[in-house]
Amino acid sequence: MSASVTQHTEATAPSAAIPAPRRSRTAPIVMGVIGLVLFAVPFVGATIPGVFTGPMSSPGTLQILAVGLVFAGVAMSYDLLLGYTGLLSLGHAFYFALGLYGTNLLMRLFALSYVAAVPLALVITLVVALVFGSVALRVRGVAFAMVTLAFAEAFHVFVEADPARISGGEEGLPLSSAQVPDLFTGVVNTRWVYWLALTFALITFVICRQAVASRAGRVWQAIRENEDRVELLGLIPFHFKLLSFGLSAVLAAGGGAVYLLLVRGATPGSASSVFTLNLIIMVVLGGLGRLWGAALGGLVFGYLQLRLPGLARSGVFDPLPAWLEGPLTEPLFILAVLFVILVMFAPGGLASLPDRLGLRRSEP
Amino acid sequence: MSLQVFVLLSVTGLGLAGVYFLIASGLSLIFGLMDVLNLAHGLFFTVGSYATWWVMSRFDVIGSLGLRFAVALLVAAAMGWAVGWATERLFVRRFYGDHVTQILITLGISLAGVALIGGWFSYDPRTFPLPELFGQVVVIAGARIPVSRLLILAVSVVLLVALLTFLRRTRHGLIIRAGVENRQMVQAMGIDVAKSFTLVFALGGLLAAIGGVLGAVFFAGITPEFGLNVLIFAFIVVVIGGLGSVEGTALSAVLVGLTQQFVNFFAGAGVGDLTVVVLLAATLLLRPQGLLGEVAR
Repeated sequence: MSASVTQHTEATAPSAAIPAPRRSRTAPIVMGVIGLVLFAVPFVGATIPGVFTGPMSSPGTLQILAVGLVFAGVAMSYDLLLGYTGLLSLGHAFYFALGLYGTNLLMRLFALSYVAAVPLALVITLVVALVFGSVALRVRGVAFAMVTLAFAEAFHVFVEADPARISGGEEGLPLSSAQVPDLFTGVVNTRWVYWLALTFALITFVICRQAVASRAGRVWQAIRENEDRVELLGLIPFHFKLLSFGLSAVLAAGGGAVYLLLVRGATPGSASSVFTLNLIIMVVLGGLGRLWGAALGGLVFGYLQLRLPGLARSGVFDPLPAWLEGPLTEPLFILAVLFVILVMFAPGGLASLPDRLGLRRSEP
Repeated sequence: MSLQVFVLLSVTGLGLAGVYFLIASGLSLIFGLMDVLNLAHGLFFTVGSYATWWVMSRFDVIGSLGLRFAVALLVAAAMGWAVGWATERLFVRRFYGDHVTQILITLGISLAGVALIGGWFSYDPRTFPLPELFGQVVVIAGARIPVSRLLILAVSVVLLVALLTFLRRTRHGLIIRAGVENRQMVQAMGIDVAKSFTLVFALGGLLAAIGGVLGAVFFAGITPEFGLNVLIFAFIVVVIGGLGSVEGTALSAVLVGLTQQFVNFFAGAGVGDLTVVVLLAATLLLRPQGLLGEVAR
């Protein structure tokens, strides 16, 4: 079925931006330690001057970290697609927003509790992802990127123009607080939302790690290297790509469901192509094809995006001439320039820096 | 549906098609020749619209608005050419054969460029004075058609003809067409395809920037992110038309522009945009290579 439409293209050389993955034995221990440290943050009253404005345990700081953790999880889900399967989807925001809007709408329209709405939203996302994925995966490479972008944009237009009068249009849809457990509402309880975000990021890490090490995960990486050869070996790449697409969509939707509690509402911006492009920045910033790299990229991105405007307001850039000050107060400008520099001169992202600086012996 | 409404919607839809064609044709050629998905193409469009705004609102020395608009077209075209040329020469060229990196680079340029324009001119929507003639109406078959719509249509048709003539009648055009068909073969004949790469990028930048000028007139206002929105529909146009085919792009631009206008008018804002995506899905299911495309990529 799928084979009839797959056409032969010239074999593409593996991209310099995606290094061969490496599975280290120490990673689970390191991640465990990092997880414990992050778990303890809400108990730390100390301040880190310059890095965060308030004490570590303050709601403001926890909010920034929690957004970073959600981004980290969603970035890892995107890494499954781009870094491990070699699929350049430009529509990942669609599935993130499905989790966000889906959960909120289910709570609103059917008065479901948050705990019941989230799994249902994830199932809906899976079905949607499988349907749209099977259409988009009929074409390869750049056409696939364009098609996923178009589908995501259709959803964006749908929630923004709101012809069905359910999604709140440009204003977005405020969180339906009544159905959310008390633990996750109110500024005092920010730490519970923070722990939820941390749990989401850790679960995503474990699932992604297991997935890429599984038999299917190996086929994903083979598809990334040379899809024609996988087909020649008697496997049907379409099925494996669809699996990767579905799994990453569900994980992204999970991130959307947590993000809903963090920002207390669903806005059309979360479904826009700009969010997908930001995800690409996160993953490439951290390092494609490395789960911890993607996670790091998400954390750094979330932190910079929320902190840079504050930095600009604090007057650090005031002495600069106006033509330079304007762009520098745009977080996206700094991030995009950083991104271009990394892509050009350090294609493995932040995760490749230890190797580049010779801090780690290269493995055979 | 009365004839007046039909004519008005048709002309408006064709005007939109003209804007789509200008941005999509360069995209399609770049992809056909070099396999590069140029995400910076929306930026070329934005550069064109901000060049227009700049000329129209700052060039007080030129008293006549009509003359000022002609200057704006030239400035936009020159800037689009320059930005396209620089993008290929300074960035894309370094990563031949590595498609993912090329896409990532153009993505970074696009976002940085939009943030740069936003930082300089703010993200607020901008409007600018237009020649009085643009606001006047012509009556065709009882429908009152704004002159600006007809002008957009005329400029796009002229550029379509010019582009096709260039591709069919000149040596450079011949190399580009041959390169789209089989790049290795052209290289094997001792022709420097890299020169065509730069040319196609600069040409694409020029066309998209003029699209930005016409888009600014069509939508009566500009924002820095606007190019990205139009780019999404340009992608749809390119895929439906068939990658690498200018004729296919023109055909599909008309199809998409008209569909969007008519459905948006009769079924409500936003529904037309969704219909276009359905059109895309249908094309992929029934004819993955696009209307006039030879091979699916």
